[in-house]
Amino acid sequence: MHELGITENIVNITLAKADEAQAAKVLKINLVIGELSGFVADCIQFYFDTLSKDTITQGAALHFETVSPELRCRNCSAVFAPQDTVWSCPKCGSQSVEISKGRELYIESVEVE
Amino acid sequence: MKKIEVVQNVLEANETIASRNRQLLDKHNVFVVNIMSAPGAGKTSLVLQTLRRLRDKLNIAVIEGDVASAVDAEKVQNEAKAVVQINTRNMPESCSLMAIMIESALKDMPLDNLDLILIENLGNLICPAEFALGEHKRVVIASLPEGDDKPIKYPLIFVDADAVIINKMDLVSHVDFDIAAFRRSVAGLNPKAEVFEVSCKTGEGIEEWCSWILGQAKATATKQ
Repeated sequence: MHELGITENIVNITLAKADEAQAAKVLKINLVIGELSGFVADCIQFYFDTLSKDTITQGAALHFETVSPELRCRNCSAVFAPQDTVWSCPKCGSQSVEISKGRELYIESVEVE
Repeated sequence: MKKIEVVQNVLEANETIASRNRQLLDKHNVFVVNIMSAPGAGKTSLVLQTLRRLRDKLNIAVIEGDVASAVDAEKVQNEAKAVVQINTRNMPESCSLMAIMIESALKDMPLDNLDLILIENLGNLICPAEFALGEHKRVVIASLPEGDDKPIKYPLIFVDADAVIINKMDLVSHVDFDIAAFRRSVAGLNPKAEVFEVSCKTGEGIEEWCSWILGQAKATATKQ
């Protein structure tokens, strides 16, 4: 539900970068989204189709690289992918964990011509 | 074709405004708490209890966030120094307060005459986790009828919380809420979070919560 503002930011950041590079057209925007973040790729695509109209980002492909969650055990430092909803360390069983990957939301690169 | 490396956080726009809000608040020595929970967990009740208990010690204002209506603002207006109601219905995003909404609400507040602002976020355990507002502390309320599995289902909001409040303790004998299991889940995600067991109805535990707020507000004021 909050992807509209997010997509506006994506368009604005892309336009600024394309402008710096004196590009005529944006072909592709490469985005990285963590699976734990509250952002949905389909929603971003939906808003992008409207927000990109009449800008040099219109028609650009959105490429989403999703990042799977990765947790780190605070007890034994093991790094692991959570297997189910209960986040416990497969090595020592501790439930004291921190998120090391999976909350990302950034533009990795843009392809222009 | 040319590839431009960007590596820029899409949330940066919100975070920039949030840190601007924070600077403004610090300049005026105003301590700000962002209160988040699912709908009906007791955000407004906690705000009211806090106002009643602390209004003789601190000058307190409230920012109320709701999709629609001024129902909550009306409930608290007699108790607070100032109340600003934000309705997100006509805004592009209606699921969480965002830094830009707080920026404009702060313009209507007598910051020089305030010590504490309680922000009541929208009833939602997902979206508010992503948006910093410029607050000093983040507080999540979970109430007994919701069940003890909320930290497992909505981990992010608990990961970033400074305090977690278990509300509606007056219902403890009527519901199957495993307080020890809930505390274990919270401690696993976030060992630094303070956990308070309260009932906004009976007043149980409110004093401990209010002493914490008072202590945190003073600690922040002294640091500056």
